[in-house]
Amino acid sequence: MAQSSSTVGAAAGYRPSATLPFAAEFRRQASRRRTQLALGFMVLLPLIVLVAFQFDSGNDDDGGGGEFSSLADLATSGGLNFTLFSLLVSASFLLVVVVALFCGDTVASEASWGSLRYLLAVPVPRARLLAVKLLVALAYSGLALLLLAGTALLAGTLRYGWEPLRSQVSAQLDPGEGLLRLAAVLGYLAVVLLAVAGLAFLLSVVTDAALGAVGGAVLLWILSSILDQITALGGIRAFLPTHYANAWLGLLSTPVQTDDLVRGCISAIAYATLFWSLAFWRFTRKDVTS
Amino acid sequence: MRSPLSAAPVRRALATRPRRIVAGSVAVVLLAAAVLWAARPGEAGFRAEPAMITVRSGPAGDEPVDLDTTFYLPDGASADRRVPAVLLAHGFGGTKESVRSDAEEIAGQGYAVLAWTARGFGRSGGQIHLDSPDHEVRDAQRLLDWLAARPEVRTDAAGDPRVGVVGGSYGGGLALLLAAQDQRVDAIVPMITWNDLSRAFLPESTGGPATSGVFKKGWAGLFFGGGGNAGSGPAGLSGTSAAQPEGNPASAGPPSPAPGAGPGTGSGRAPAGAADPSCGRFAADVCAAYLRIATTGRGDQAAVDLLRRSSPAGVLDRIKAPTLLVQGEADTLFPLAEADANARGIAAAGTPVRVAWFTGGHDGGDGPRNDSDRVKYLTVQWLDHYVKGEGAAPGDDFTYSRIAGFDALDRGLVATGFRTTDYPGLAGDARREVAVTGPAQPVANPPNGNPAAISSVPFAGALGSLLGGVAGDVPGQHARFESAPLDEAVDVAGSPTVTLRAASASGEAVLFVKLYDVDPQGAATLPNGLVAPVRLTGLPADVGAAKPVTVTLPAIVRRVEAGHRLRVVVATSDQAYTTPVEPAVYTVAAGDGPLVLPTVAGEPIPTTAVVWRWVLAGLLAAIAVGLAAVVLVARRRHRRQDSSVHPEYAGTPLAVRQLRKEYADGFVAVSNVDFEVHPGQVVGLLGPNGAGKTTTLRVLMGLTQPTAGEIYVFGRRLVPGSPVLSRIGALVEGPGFLPHLSGLDNLKAYWRATGRPWADAHFDEALEIAGLGDSVHRKTRKYSHGMRQRLAIAQAMLGLPELLVLDEPTDGLDPPQIAEMRRVLQRYATDGRAVLVSSHLLAEVEQTCTHAVVVNKGRIVASGPVEEIVGESPSVLFDVTDPDAARDVLGRLAGVTVLPDAEGQLVVDTNGTARSEVVAELVRAGIGVDRVVPRRRLEDAFLALVGENSRGSGDR
Repeated sequence: MAQSSSTVGAAAGYRPSATLPFAAEFRRQASRRRTQLALGFMVLLPLIVLVAFQFDSGNDDDGGGGEFSSLADLATSGGLNFTLFSLLVSASFLLVVVVALFCGDTVASEASWGSLRYLLAVPVPRARLLAVKLLVALAYSGLALLLLAGTALLAGTLRYGWEPLRSQVSAQLDPGEGLLRLAAVLGYLAVVLLAVAGLAFLLSVVTDAALGAVGGAVLLWILSSILDQITALGGIRAFLPTHYANAWLGLLSTPVQTDDLVRGCISAIAYATLFWSLAFWRFTRKDVTS
Repeated sequence: MRSPLSAAPVRRALATRPRRIVAGSVAVVLLAAAVLWAARPGEAGFRAEPAMITVRSGPAGDEPVDLDTTFYLPDGASADRRVPAVLLAHGFGGTKESVRSDAEEIAGQGYAVLAWTARGFGRSGGQIHLDSPDHEVRDAQRLLDWLAARPEVRTDAAGDPRVGVVGGSYGGGLALLLAAQDQRVDAIVPMITWNDLSRAFLPESTGGPATSGVFKKGWAGLFFGGGGNAGSGPAGLSGTSAAQPEGNPASAGPPSPAPGAGPGTGSGRAPAGAADPSCGRFAADVCAAYLRIATTGRGDQAAVDLLRRSSPAGVLDRIKAPTLLVQGEADTLFPLAEADANARGIAAAGTPVRVAWFTGGHDGGDGPRNDSDRVKYLTVQWLDHYVKGEGAAPGDDFTYSRIAGFDALDRGLVATGFRTTDYPGLAGDARREVAVTGPAQPVANPPNGNPAAISSVPFAGALGSLLGGVAGDVPGQHARFESAPLDEAVDVAGSPTVTLRAASASGEAVLFVKLYDVDPQGAATLPNGLVAPVRLTGLPADVGAAKPVTVTLPAIVRRVEAGHRLRVVVATSDQAYTTPVEPAVYTVAAGDGPLVLPTVAGEPIPTTAVVWRWVLAGLLAAIAVGLAAVVLVARRRHRRQDSSVHPEYAGTPLAVRQLRKEYADGFVAVSNVDFEVHPGQVVGLLGPNGAGKTTTLRVLMGLTQPTAGEIYVFGRRLVPGSPVLSRIGALVEGPGFLPHLSGLDNLKAYWRATGRPWADAHFDEALEIAGLGDSVHRKTRKYSHGMRQRLAIAQAMLGLPELLVLDEPTDGLDPPQIAEMRRVLQRYATDGRAVLVSSHLLAEVEQTCTHAVVVNKGRIVASGPVEEIVGESPSVLFDVTDPDAARDVLGRLAGVTVLPDAEGQLVVDTNGTARSEVVAELVRAGIGVDRVVPRRRLEDAFLALVGENSRGSGDR
């Protein structure tokens, strides 16, 4: 047979490394209503917040509340601040759900539809299937983050202008510098969400129920957040995946507070690596029975 | 025979659920253990001995006074293993209990720690003499004697313990004075303390003497209240003191430079005979001096002399103990200038001195966590080297810190530490001049100092003063001079100076000069609430004639951002100070010089964050290396994979050899399956439900790992993911489609996933087979079962694979479609292609297949060409009127045997005898024959399985 060495004995035109191309998986997911709704909501949320701010009656009862109230007060001071506020309100829950959705649903839904076994019979090598699915899920997660920030920045700038980035603790930052900080905030959020992505992806491989994977990941994330509130746990809290979730606020001060950011990155990357390794280890060995 | 104790049952017992429970329990137990370990109460590591020690002091050293002490002795300390000691002094208004957490921390570092309640406080006797050399300092000398007598304490000579003295504020002053008075002290760490008590309480910022200073009544009143009547202190003030970090047990660690001056904490028994309600536990001379100063607002020479007697300023040249001076930036009581004066005085005598500024102080408390940690580290380092004799010399580099922002996690503030090799003093190592301008402005002095500007509120807590949120000036009572926006940021570290001119009709004026940082929005911040009070005399009535005076502002550490303005405010009143009672109007004008800002080019102190950065880099590198290793191993394994062609099966689409699949729970789905599919054949895999058909196909598709046996496809060994799977088209366990896509889109999505050329798919042929018509454009979630089945078969045929594997293909199809499907499959098995069909329906296999493999309970019971299997069997079923009689008749026939059968039917192996003859024989015997049904082999086999015993094989 006149076939290349990598495709010994395979059908003509089949190459393991060409199966399930990134674009094909991207299209598979893009066609899903779930993906479209999630991304659409990312666009819609800043607009809803923007409209909500229009109802500001002016009598703000400033009862404190730390950095949240300060960021909320400053939200209408410019596009950059508006974006920051949009990220603040969505970082702790909405983005977690969205990332868990993209990463937790991807394998489990194929299993529940029964299409997973046909992909494996193509054959798409299992590691490749998982890698492509993971990359596509991460790409959609990143896209959601960018859409949220991009819409907020665009809408906020159109409404409130291209103003310097302000926060209570730091001096105001020039729009250029502020944009840089905003990008850093986005980057850090993306890294922290890797832990969610890892957890959801692992559950997605373990279970055939997409809802179980997504819900399980979100549930565990909330559990970790709750435990993190219990100061009695002391040093253990540093090992919770959510412990450094808010460290991005350190990017707003001058000079930038990177200590917790670095630790947060270590935590998130370690967790993500652990979860993904388990996912690959499990999936490349398991009997697909669905 | 397997022993009942062999491994398999044990493994089986541990399998699946029980094993999961075990694993889960282990994980839970481990987690709980980790939690308990982390949350366990800290081991003591030392023991505490409270004791009341009576010492003799006073000017003549003969006045006994009881001191309430606690001696902390680290574990293992004994006469054989002597440990160095630390004398730990508390702040004003505190007791030995207020330094307990610090004492425990130091004891944990291997020091014997003696903490005591200073005379006049708590349960100790005596009166407050303000660290007088004859009283408090002499008390401490006697405690050194006591330490030297302890067998566990290391000594340098008889009666000379190896000891360091640590204390903050009142205790820091004592450390300095003790070191000056007693050369047995080996090292001291005075924190947030004074150099000259008279200057601290009667400051004058143009260099005037304390006698012309402006009385710092706010702080003075607090202290007097704190040392006053037993249990004294207005409740409100006690309340604020409780918020002070000093007594906070959470602030564990080596000495935190807490002020410890909270009033009201000094309750306890009053000394016997202390009767004067206006003086409380203060010594009479101290009390009298305070009353005089507080009444007049001026310090007379006698009062100043008394305060100076309690000040290290005059005795610094006698301090030989290496000194670590820790001073707070947020400190309106003892500003940085006090430590600066101490440092210069001690260094002039050649004694090693190190200066550290941190962001706390009497206003700022411990400062942010990372800053107090730095101070603790410096303290331990200093003690370890100069007292314990361990570790390298700490050096004399200068460290300071600045509030950098909020800690996002702990909701606290965060400080950034900086370092320079040489202590620059308050003048900085460089200066930046900024012009401040403004017209001459009249300002009014309010009568009796009311209303007054607010600059700081003693004990207001860290946040208020650090953020400068409390500062406010009264209109009409202050003049402003402002700079242009700075074109670049300035890192101020030290005392700025500014020149002013003032005029007063009375020739005298008390003014408060402050430096605000004004951001572009106009919000002004007074760094740490620090003000420079000045008392100017000999002023002209007309400001034009006034001579400029230089005001030295309190030292600050602050980054003034580019675009911010600097504002010099000259106010006539301040709540924290006593101002002239008479109303007056002064005129204030800018001087002839610029505002001079000292700057220090400090490099940020590398924090643990640097370590973590390396950890992060290491982690990323490890992940990259690990990933590369995994990929390499996978490649190598892939390369080593058996890619040879088994010569015997090279032309055979499928050869299954001794396949066995045993599940984790021990259930054997396939025990031994062995068959081949050759080109042109349509092979039927026939068996009842649960015979192992689907499991076999699942292994065949690479979905499941076989326990044993091999599968060859065109001679190539098949394992999960084998490339040769691409030559197989499959429908296993029903269709699997993306419900949100149309049928056509599903096929396209599937083919896209194969990555193979578009033209190879043969969509048209596949769609023709599916026969869905326009429905192919509808979403598959709206399909009927049969439509899905047809689409799945079409998908299996995409690319016209050489082997088509269909699991129950006719499931859900109507009879015409089944007939059509038969034709399709038969057509398909041409051109070297082959088809494997599984079914539990005998008729279907019989009509569709060329060959059949019958499986039951995971074993093959029959296989071969369908004609051969279906061909006539020697056995015949007779339906007779009298089975028993017939049995007898047939038994007599030579060669004919009656097979055991149930339900009154006779199955007879004619064994060559013609059926007609057998019938004739029965009729001849008078037995009525209702039916004679020749049996076929396939049916024999199949019915034997399905009819007799299809239970028990389980649902596979």
